[in-house]
Amino acid sequence: MLNTDFNLDNADDFYEALIDAHRDLSTAQSHELNARLVLLLANHIGTLPALREALAAARSNVLGSGNSALNPG
Amino acid sequence: MAASPVVDRDFQALEFAYRRSPDQDASAPAFHDVVIVGAGPVGLALAIDLAQRGVRVVVLDDDHRLSSGSRAICFAKRTLEIFDRLGCGDRMVDKGVSWSVGKVFFKDEALYRFDLTPEPGHCRPAFINLQQYYVEGFLAERALALQNIEIRWKNRIVGLRQTDAEVELEVDTPDGRYRLRAGRVVACDGSRSAMRTFMGLESKGRVFQDRFLIADIRTSAELLPGGATERWFWFDPPFHPNQSVLLHRQPDNVWRVDFQLGWDADPVEEKKPENIVPRVRALLAASPAKDVHFTLEWASVYTFACMRMERFRHGRVLFAGDSAHGVSPFGARGANSGVQDAENLAWKLALVVGGDAPDALLDSYADEREFAADENIRCSTRATDFITPKSEISRLFRDAVLGLAREHPFARRLVNSGRLSIAATLPATGLNTPDVDAFSGDLVPGAVAGDARLVGTAGPTWLLRELGRDFTLLWFGEAPVWADSTAWRTVVIGGTGGLRDIEGLATQRYDARPGTAYLVRPDHHICARWRAPLAEGLRAALDTATGRR
Repeated sequence: MLNTDFNLDNADDFYEALIDAHRDLSTAQSHELNARLVLLLANHIGTLPALREALAAARSNVLGSGNSALNPG
Repeated sequence: MAASPVVDRDFQALEFAYRRSPDQDASAPAFHDVVIVGAGPVGLALAIDLAQRGVRVVVLDDDHRLSSGSRAICFAKRTLEIFDRLGCGDRMVDKGVSWSVGKVFFKDEALYRFDLTPEPGHCRPAFINLQQYYVEGFLAERALALQNIEIRWKNRIVGLRQTDAEVELEVDTPDGRYRLRAGRVVACDGSRSAMRTFMGLESKGRVFQDRFLIADIRTSAELLPGGATERWFWFDPPFHPNQSVLLHRQPDNVWRVDFQLGWDADPVEEKKPENIVPRVRALLAASPAKDVHFTLEWASVYTFACMRMERFRHGRVLFAGDSAHGVSPFGARGANSGVQDAENLAWKLALVVGGDAPDALLDSYADEREFAADENIRCSTRATDFITPKSEISRLFRDAVLGLAREHPFARRLVNSGRLSIAATLPATGLNTPDVDAFSGDLVPGAVAGDARLVGTAGPTWLLRELGRDFTLLWFGEAPVWADSTAWRTVVIGGTGGLRDIEGLATQRYDARPGTAYLVRPDHHICARWRAPLAEGLRAALDTATGRR
């Protein structure tokens, strides 16, 4: 259901736009931006099973890695 | 410094003799159609290309030695194809370490591997690693064998004056100063270009606040499992925490290690062998080699900027290579794009100097290579931003991408350890004739012609080897009589007496049917194509590609 194969038009264009969107924001503002971005994209996707899968995949990846950037191992 | 193996000349020790030129004794300043400033890879490639086209060139270099240190080491497929045209491709590839596979690591885990030549049927590998002094040495040997090239070592430009008709240069030598006049001057004198300074011009852009250490080490031990010839890149490895490390194999048992140091590093301290050796030891301890003997060949601590001149042409003075543009090293887009500048300029300069094309054709050099420089700068800037995130949130996303990449294929495409040099597809405007017929695939007008294995009457060959010195008409299927012309070389694939496309890769890459034709420029860029070409359309396309209309 959740497509984790590459599906973007252009990886580098997207990544640059993502980082650019955060330019000159404080860390708190960046968190706010990220939260709004998740909600916007979730609405765009719409399908609940896909969203549940995405949430589970993100959560397990964070817990599995154990040393994310915010919590350096 | 250790000696090179006996089979090769020691290019690092080689000194070229200064010789007094008759121009220095002339009563009035001598005139030359083309003067090239700088005998580095770009200046030498340009000189050879022009000389092969029958243009006499004078090359002035302020030094009398080749590159000090290995410097640029990654030479891309496109550059090798250019070296083939210049008559020294085999020497480069025979000496270099060919590679196409890269591996990316995050902390102590392998994230993924990529292969830069995922498809067969290309003569040249995606990359070779070869010390810059070999590349310059092989180019210099080729240049010295050509009658049309005169290289004047220890000739330093100290003054420049441009009029509508010519450029007058003042040159300093061990015998004092002399003047000479030139129809065109090409400044290939590197990132700190004296020519640029004399003309009051600038190269502007973004300076990155980070420092890197290059350490070239020599060891007979094997650092990669199974003797692999691969590019290895680590994000945040245990042996060099919080920074990146890049490892490349070079010829002569030399390895290039590139350590990110961070902006706060002290360049003077970091360059001391006693501080470099422990960093290398930490890397080796994590490799199959473990605790092996090595010697330090060359080291450099550097920062970099992505920048370019606003215009690459200023009247009769043209800028090529690092003098015109600079990139970060991630992507191997420096020397490669410089050699590509040279080949874009050479055929145009030859036509203009020979009176076969208008001066305006040289404007297209600037237009096309400024476009390519922007692409190179964009790619190398993005890679640098990924490798060295400049904000907390940028680092968070970087690490999220790396974290996801272990499990999810999509995230691997977002990982950016350098988008490695490929030739730019030039804009559809300018010298290209827009498509009127429908085609699929990547070989659009502006792209570099694709290679393929072919078989001719004399045996196996490669498509790119069959292209002419000037324009080539690549015709698929039976060619009509008019397809033969003195205005271009005609290469027939698949027709009677033509080259046979035994693997079908040429037909596939060019999306060809019987009657399909491509017009290819002297620098191997495609400039027009048709499903049902007419002589009239072809001549018009040729005029467009040479600035005559």
